[in-house]
Amino acid sequence: MSTTGITTWAVDLAEVGPIYPFQGTEGLLWIVGLLVWFGWHVWSIRWEKEYQRDKIARYGDHETLRRSLDIH
Amino acid sequence: MRVDTQLDAITTIFTEFYYWVTIPLMFLIHVGFCMYEVGASRRRNHMHTLMKNSMIIPLVTVTFFFFGWWIYWALPNGPFITGGIEWEAAAANAANSVNMGTNLDDRITGVFWAAFLLFSWTAASIVSGAVIERINSGAFWVLAVVIGSGAWIIDAAWGWHPQGWMVRILGYHDAYASGVIHAIAGGFALGVLLVLGPRLGKFGADGSIRNILPHNPWMVAVGLFIIYTGFWGFYVACNIPLISPEGIGGQITGTTWTATTIYLTPTSLSAITFNFLMSLSGGMMVAFMVSKGDAFWTYSGGLAGIICASAGNDLYHPIQAMLVGCCGAFIAYKMHFWVERTFKIDDAVGAVAVHGYAGFAGLIIAGFLLWGHPSSPYEGFATINPVGQLLGAIIMFGVLGFLPGYLVAKALHAFGLLRIPREIEIMGLDFQDMTLQREAEEEVRHAKHQLV
Repeated sequence: MSTTGITTWAVDLAEVGPIYPFQGTEGLLWIVGLLVWFGWHVWSIRWEKEYQRDKIARYGDHETLRRSLDIH
Repeated sequence: MRVDTQLDAITTIFTEFYYWVTIPLMFLIHVGFCMYEVGASRRRNHMHTLMKNSMIIPLVTVTFFFFGWWIYWALPNGPFITGGIEWEAAAANAANSVNMGTNLDDRITGVFWAAFLLFSWTAASIVSGAVIERINSGAFWVLAVVIGSGAWIIDAAWGWHPQGWMVRILGYHDAYASGVIHAIAGGFALGVLLVLGPRLGKFGADGSIRNILPHNPWMVAVGLFIIYTGFWGFYVACNIPLISPEGIGGQITGTTWTATTIYLTPTSLSAITFNFLMSLSGGMMVAFMVSKGDAFWTYSGGLAGIICASAGNDLYHPIQAMLVGCCGAFIAYKMHFWVERTFKIDDAVGAVAVHGYAGFAGLIIAGFLLWGHPSSPYEGFATINPVGQLLGAIIMFGVLGFLPGYLVAKALHAFGLLRIPREIEIMGLDFQDMTLQREAEEEVRHAKHQLV
């Protein structure tokens, strides 16, 4: 048994196609990949909003905003 | 190597040029390492940090010519595990062999030697970043030769050679060096760090951790970007670009030529291009997430992603490579801070985590994902399996990495050679140069004042 379908290299390479593991799961992998990608966007939008809310709560007062103009 | 026919000539010159191109590309890895090490160090240590890493180039090069390359060809059997020392093959690659010079009958050894040599620089350079700002350069250069022309090339003979005993008995598979470069260098760095100790001020008396920030985050980021670029050369150099079944001489039948891994198992340049980019992407996405957008860790996570997937990137599906890359970045980030908190290890650039832990994990993951795939085109070799990969990871990280690093560092420490004096560490390694520079600038300024 082999996850790639290749158990020996005693073969003619002209007759060999895909050799990645778990062939047949490409569709499932695609869905998992899409979920990871989409989940990342959801996380990053939420995280950024939270990050900005936190920064405003800490430094968003009028005096700090005025001073920030001179700092950076 | 004969070039009797046009096909022989084209294949030979193509292969020669192929490896040659990887060498300047891999040079960029070293440029990147120097940039990010200097960027991560404080201003008072810049020039010493730069020279500590730069001198890896000549020292590892000459020692790799003198004996490192010989080791690779001499020790695939252990020796005395699957056979004795391979005297004949080794003699053809010894420093005094006619192949180690201009020789119209051998157009490959020089470029093949250099491709391996650039891996040696990388192994030593990985260690260099972890120990900045407190190691004696002289001691580091001894350690660089030990890993660059000793430990890593022994591991290559054992686990990165078509006839290596680890491949034959364990079914060890590590196509793009998760273990043979990264895990060993990470383990070696950890062994040295354990003896060397942290930078002054890194940990408070109560054990609290202080963040010693890079003086120039831009330089660190660009350095890591350049390492990504050089990494392409590293990957390409791990392949044999074009070989016939007859040239392999194993079980493969027919007449179809192929690219192979170092084990002479078929793969393609296309496969590793997919997988390099997808594992890099998975690593960067997860590293950005776990580090909450930290630039240094996002770039390092990209590296950890590639490193973790490297053992099996000749075979993975690209989405598998991406998911393995995600795991690599997560493991590297979490392990770095856990080890720092628990054992008070000061790894200045996260080298042990990015290379060591991600490489170690990548070997084990490959054991499961590639279970049962033939590790070799030759008969009688074990197939890839989780136990073989786990033992391989332990050998790379622990036996050939951590142990030599720890023991040689201990010996250097015993002679008072390992760590710079406390006073030098406080004033900075470049204190005298910076003072002289200030004085020279003052002198010129004074002279100009006298002119107006």
